[in-house]
Amino acid sequence: MSEIYSLGVDVGSTTVKTVIINEKKEIIYSKYERHFSKVKESVSSQLREIAEKYPGQSFHLSITGSAGLGLANAAELPFVQEVFGAFIAVKHSYPDADVVVELGGEDAKIIFLTGGTEQRMNGSCAGGTGAFIDQMATLLGITVPEMDELSLRSEKLYPIASRCGVFAKSDIQPLLNQGANREDVAASIFQAVVDQTVSGLAQGRRIKGKVLFLGGPLSFLKGLRRAFVKTLGLSDDEAIFPDTAPCFMAYGCALYAMENSGVFTIDDAISRISGAVMNDDIITGTRLFTTQEEYDEFVKRHNSCDAVRVDINSYSGDAYLGIDAGSTTTKLALITPDGGLLYNYYTSNKGRPLDVITDQLGKIYDIIGDRIKIRSSAVTGYGEDLIKAGIGVDFGIVETVAHYRAAALFCPDVDFIIDIGGQDIKCFKIKNHAIDSIMLNEACSSGCGSFIQTFAQAMGYDIAEFSRLGLFAEKPVDLGSRCTVFMNSSVKQAQKDGATVEDISAGLSSSIIKNAIYKVIRARSAQSLGDNIVVQGGTFLNDAVLRSFEQELGKNVTRPAIAGLMGAFGAALYAKENSTGESSLISPEALKNFSYSSKQTHCRGCGSNCSLTIMTFGDGHKFISGNRCEKGAGLIRKNDIPCMFEYKYQHLLEITKEKPKSPIARVGIPLVLGFYEQLPFWHRLFTDLGMEVVISDESTRKTYFNGQHTIPSDTVCYPAKLSHGHIVDLLGKNVDFIFYPCESYNIDEGQSDNHYNCPVVAYYPELLKANVPELTDENFLHPYMDINLERHCVEVLSDVLKKYGFTKKQLKNAFASAHAALDKWRSDIITEGERTIKIAREKKIPIIVLAGRPYHIDPEINHGIHKLMTSLGLAVITEDSVSQYADTPKLRVLNQWTYHSRLYRAAKYVTTQPDMQLVQLVSFGCGIDAITTDEVRSILEEGGKLYTQLKIDEISNLGAAKIRMRSLVAAMADKRS
Amino acid sequence: MADHAVFTPGMKKTHTILVPDMLPIHFGFITDVLRQYGYKLELLTSSARSVVDEGLKNVHNDTCYPALLVIGQFMDALKSGKYDPDRVALMISQTGGGCRASNYIHLLRKAIAKDYPQIPVLSLNFSGLEKGSGFKITPPMLRKMLYAVLYGDMIMSLYNQCRPYEVNAGESLEVRDECCGIIRKCLADGSFSKTERYYDILLDRFSGIERTHEKKPKVGIVGEIYVKYSPLANNHLEDYLISEGCEPVVPSFLDFCMYCAVNNVNDSTIYGTRTKTTPLFKAGYDIIYRKERQMIETMKKHGGFEPPHDFEELRGYADKYIHQGVKMGEGWLIPAEMAALAEHGTENIICTQPFGCLPNHIVAKGMTRVIRSAYPNANITAIDYDPGATRVNQENRIKLMLANARKA
Repeated sequence: MSEIYSLGVDVGSTTVKTVIINEKKEIIYSKYERHFSKVKESVSSQLREIAEKYPGQSFHLSITGSAGLGLANAAELPFVQEVFGAFIAVKHSYPDADVVVELGGEDAKIIFLTGGTEQRMNGSCAGGTGAFIDQMATLLGITVPEMDELSLRSEKLYPIASRCGVFAKSDIQPLLNQGANREDVAASIFQAVVDQTVSGLAQGRRIKGKVLFLGGPLSFLKGLRRAFVKTLGLSDDEAIFPDTAPCFMAYGCALYAMENSGVFTIDDAISRISGAVMNDDIITGTRLFTTQEEYDEFVKRHNSCDAVRVDINSYSGDAYLGIDAGSTTTKLALITPDGGLLYNYYTSNKGRPLDVITDQLGKIYDIIGDRIKIRSSAVTGYGEDLIKAGIGVDFGIVETVAHYRAAALFCPDVDFIIDIGGQDIKCFKIKNHAIDSIMLNEACSSGCGSFIQTFAQAMGYDIAEFSRLGLFAEKPVDLGSRCTVFMNSSVKQAQKDGATVEDISAGLSSSIIKNAIYKVIRARSAQSLGDNIVVQGGTFLNDAVLRSFEQELGKNVTRPAIAGLMGAFGAALYAKENSTGESSLISPEALKNFSYSSKQTHCRGCGSNCSLTIMTFGDGHKFISGNRCEKGAGLIRKNDIPCMFEYKYQHLLEITKEKPKSPIARVGIPLVLGFYEQLPFWHRLFTDLGMEVVISDESTRKTYFNGQHTIPSDTVCYPAKLSHGHIVDLLGKNVDFIFYPCESYNIDEGQSDNHYNCPVVAYYPELLKANVPELTDENFLHPYMDINLERHCVEVLSDVLKKYGFTKKQLKNAFASAHAALDKWRSDIITEGERTIKIAREKKIPIIVLAGRPYHIDPEINHGIHKLMTSLGLAVITEDSVSQYADTPKLRVLNQWTYHSRLYRAAKYVTTQPDMQLVQLVSFGCGIDAITTDEVRSILEEGGKLYTQLKIDEISNLGAAKIRMRSLVAAMADKRS
Repeated sequence: MADHAVFTPGMKKTHTILVPDMLPIHFGFITDVLRQYGYKLELLTSSARSVVDEGLKNVHNDTCYPALLVIGQFMDALKSGKYDPDRVALMISQTGGGCRASNYIHLLRKAIAKDYPQIPVLSLNFSGLEKGSGFKITPPMLRKMLYAVLYGDMIMSLYNQCRPYEVNAGESLEVRDECCGIIRKCLADGSFSKTERYYDILLDRFSGIERTHEKKPKVGIVGEIYVKYSPLANNHLEDYLISEGCEPVVPSFLDFCMYCAVNNVNDSTIYGTRTKTTPLFKAGYDIIYRKERQMIETMKKHGGFEPPHDFEELRGYADKYIHQGVKMGEGWLIPAEMAALAEHGTENIICTQPFGCLPNHIVAKGMTRVIRSAYPNANITAIDYDPGATRVNQENRIKLMLANARKA
C-alpha cells in the first residue's frame, strides 16, 4: 500500500464524524454517529472500525470540532478549528459558493466567502441550534424527524423568540397549552432557528448569492431547509444542500490533514486517543451522600410527610377535583372532604393538555360511577383558561394560591415555599398567613426542570435513572449557576475534561438549586428564606435536587411525598372550600362525546392584531386564546378600567401631526428609545423652524425584521434593536435627513446625582450610523447635544443645519418653545395621571404604577401588558405621572440616570398610597436595571409594598406575566382582608 | 448622612486596605507608592473558585462580570479569616461615568452591609466623588502613581514582545521580575529626573534576551478595562495566546487614564461647559501626554521594540469612526485602539467584554463593521466573559480567529 490516505475526525458537541479520503481527495469512507457525550469512547470505537477495514494503514490525521479540541490536545494529535476546516472543504468542493451556513449540535456558523472573507460563530448566549431543536422536539413529545414531518404541513407561523432556546420555550409552551396546531408550532420552531441565524450571526451582512448549507440538522430536516430557503429568498440553484453535509467538516479536516498533518498509523492513533489523559482541573462540589445509610435516613425523613391516601375503589361520598395544567406536565388530584387523596395522576402533557385531562377524567368517571360524587372542581396553571372553558371546571385559580393552600396543609407555619416545575421556579414568602412576596424566574433562567429531563435524554437515560446516578457521585462537577444554555456548555466542558455521568448528574442538581437561590430568590443567606420551608414541584421529587437544596441551605426542609402534585392538590382544596354543592364539570355522558377542533386567525379588534387560536368544542361553544385584551375573546369590556398607557402613546403620535404650512424640509425622526419622551421637544423645534417632522411608522414585529440584518449585537435590548427597522422605514419616506442626536445627558430634573442616559440610549445613533449602510453624513444627523444647555444647542443646531441658514435668534426661539412643549408634555402626563387616579378611586379600583422607561409605551415593546392589567381589574398609570410627588429616597446606589431616577421616586410615592402597587417593567438585557431592580424592591418592601418585576423582550406571549399579575392581585386581596 | 463606615484619617495607621488586582505589574507599583505615604495595603490576587461563588451570592447576577469578580474577591478575602474586620478597609476604583461601573462601590457596600458594616470602603477616583474620606490623593502621590503606570506599561509591553520569542524558556519572566525590582527601588527613591535612563535600563535588559526571528501572529487585546487586563477575568488570555504561538499586543494602561482625563476636557468643548476641574484635567492631560511622548521617543531611539500608541494619534483614529463624545465605559477608546492596532500591523484583535456590557454594544460590536471596512484584513473577534461562559467556548472562538490569522 503505497498510497497514504487522509483521515479527518470531527468531534462535535453531539456527534462524531470520520471521513477518509484518497490522494485524489475523494471520500472513500465516512461515518456519522451520536456520541452521547462519551467522546473518547466513541472516537476510539470509530477508529477501531477503521482499523478493521484498513488494518495497519497509516493516515495523515487531524481532529476538528468543538469537543475535539481538548481531545486533540490530550492525545497530542493535530487539530484544526472546525470553521476553518469547513472553509478548506468549501474552497475545494464548491469554489463558487458565496456563503456557508452551518448548524451543528450547539454551534451555528456562517462563513462569508465573497466580498471579504469573514467567519462567524454564535455568541455564548445564542446557544442551541441542533440541541435546541432536540429540546423542542422533547417538549412536543415527538422525535425530531416527526417534528420535521409535522412542520411540512403547517399553515401559519407563530412568532417565537429566536435568541435562545430558553426564550423560545417560553413562547412555545403556552402556544401548545392553548391548543395551537402542532404542525404550525413545529414550523415556527424552524423559523425561529432561521431568524436566530439571520439576526444573531449575519449581523449587518446579508446572506445572498450561492449559499451552501451544512451540518446535521440542515441535511436531515426538510422543514428547516425550506424555512431557510424561503426566508433568504433563494432560488433552487442558489441553495446548495450537499449530500456530504453531515460529514463535511470531517472532510475538510481530512483535506487539512493531507496538506498539514504528519502521518500516524491507525493503531498509534487509537492508542493515543485511548491513552489521552484529559485535564483534571474540574472544580468539584460537595458530595450529596457518602453512605447508603445516610441516603436511607434522608428518604425516610421525607417519606414521612405524605397525604393521607384513601382507596378510591371502596370510598363512597363526596369528592373534589383539582387540576394543574402546568407548562410541561398535567396533574390531577381527587380528594375527599377531609383532604384524603383518592386519585392522582402526573404526566407530561405532550403539548396536548386537554386530551390528557379528558382522558383521565374519563378513567375517573369509570372508577367512581355513582358511588362518588364530584361536588366541585378547580384548575390552575398555564392551561387554566382552556381547561376551564373546555370541560366546565368550576374555578380557575392562580398557581401561587393553589400551592400555598397545599403547602399549608403539610406545614401550617410555612413561611417560605419554593416550587420548581418543568419551566418555572416560583417562590413565595408567607407572612401572617398571607402571600407576602412572590419571586418567579425570569424568562432567561427558566427551563429548570425540563432541562434536566432533556439533558438526561440526550445522554441516553431516563430522568429518574439519571438523577439516581448523581446521588453517590464522588466528584460532582461545579457547573455554574447561569441559564441553561450556559450550563449546557459547562457540561460539555466537564465531559471533555473527563467527568463521569454521575458527577454531571450531581452537578446539574446543584446548579439548578444555585440558580434558584441566587438568581431567582436573590437570597443572601439561608436564614433569610425562612424557618419553615416547603419545597414542591416535580423537580423536587428528584432526591439529588432536594439534597442539594438542603446542603446549600444547611437546613432540612419539608418535601411532601406528593411534591409534584401540590398545585392540583391545592386546587382541589380550593374547590372544596368554595364548593356550592353542585359542580359545573362536564358530565360523564357529555365527556363521552367530547370533541374539539382548533383554528388560527387574527384579531381585528385593534392595531395589535393578536394572533388567535379559536377552539370549537363538540357542543358548539368556543374558546379563544392568544388575545391580550378581552376584545379578542369576543367579550365587551364590562366597565372601563382607566389606564393611561394608551393615552400617553396616542397623545405622542397626535403631537407629531402638526406640520408647518409650506415646509422647507422634511426631517425624519425615528420613533424609538429617548424620542418617546423627547419627541414633543424636537417636533416643536423643527416645526417652528418651518420643517415638517416625519416620524417612522409605529413599531410592529415586522419593523424588527426589517432592520434585523443590521443589528451587530444580539444581546442588546429589544427597544434598541427595534430602532434599526425604524431607520429603514424612514429611509423609504423621502425625508431630507434623519435627525437623531446623541445625548450623554438627559433632562436634569434636579433629583439625582447626575442625569445621564444609559449608554445604549445615549449612543445608539453611532451604532446605527456604523451599521446601516445607507446612512451617510448627509442623510443622518446625529450631533452631540445636551438639551439642558441653550447656548450649546443653538450653536450645534446652527452648525448642523447650516445649509438652511437659520439665525441664532430663530434657533434660540425655537429652542425655547421646544422646551415649553416638553414641559407641556410632562404636565399633560401628570394631569392624565391625576385623572386616572381620580377615576380609579371613585370606582375603588386598585392602581398599578407600571414603571419602566418612556419607550415602554411602545405596544411592540410592552406587548400590551397594560391591557392584561386592566383585564385583571387594575387601573394603570405610568411612573412619570407620579414621580414628581416624592423626593428621592435615601438610596444605596449612585442615582445618575434621569429615567431610572424616576423609578425610585415613583416607588417612594407608591409606599405612601394605600391603593397603589408598583410593577417594574424591565427590558431583557438592560444592565442598568440589574442595579435599579434591587433598589426599587427595597424601597417598596421597606414601605410595606409588594415588588413585582416583569421582564419583557421580543417574546409576545404574556403567560408568565399573567401568572405574576394574578398572583399580585391575589396577594393584594390577601393584604386587604 | 453617610450610613456606611467612613475611612477616618486615624484609620490610616490601624487599617489594612485591601485592593483588588487588575494589572499585576502596575498595581504592584501603585500599591508600593501608596505604602510610601503611610497606607497599609494588600493586593488581592486570589483566583479561587470561591471568588466567583462569593460574587454570585453577593451581587445581582445580571451585573457585569468585573463587579462580580471584584466584590467576590473582597468577600472571599473577608470570609477567609485572614483579616480582622475591625482593622481592614476596602478600596475600589470609581470612574464616575454613565456606565454601571460607577455603581460598583455601592454594590460593594451593599454586599458588606450585613456582615461587615464597620468596614469602610474607599473610592479611588479622580472625579471628586466620595469626598470627605480620610484617604486623599495628593499631587506628589499622583505624580508617583503616574510613573508607576508609565514603567508598568513599558515592562508589560516589553515582556509581551519578548516572551513569545525567547530562546531560553523563562528568561523573559526573569528579566521582568528583575526590572520590576529596579522600578520598585526607583519609585521608592522618588527621583524622576532620570526617567529616560530607567527606560533605557529596561530596554537594555529586555534586549538582552535572546529571541528567535520567527514570525508569529500578533493578537491585540482591547475591551472593557478590567476584563482586558485582569488574568482572573479573562482566563489568562495573554498566557493562552502565547501558548498558542502568538504575540499578545496589549495597549497601555496609560491610554485608559488619559482617556478618562481627556473626556472631561472633551465635555467642555462639546457642550461649552467648563467646570472648575476642567483646566486641571487639561493640565494633567498635557503632562501625562508629554510623559507618554517621552517614553515613545526613548523606545524609538533605542529601537528593537514597538512603542505604545501615541494618544493623540489614537484620538485621531477615534474621530474617523466615532465621536469622542462617546465617553461611557471605555467609549471611543475601544474603536480607536482597534484601528490603531490594525493600522500598525496587528490585524488580529480580540475584544474582551463582560457579557451584556452596555457601552460595548455600541463601541465594540457596533464599530466592528466600519473598522473592518477600513481594514479589510482586520480579524476582530468579540469574546464574552461571564461566570457561566466556559473556557472551551472562548478558546474555540479564539482558535477560529487564529486559524484565520495563520491563513493570512
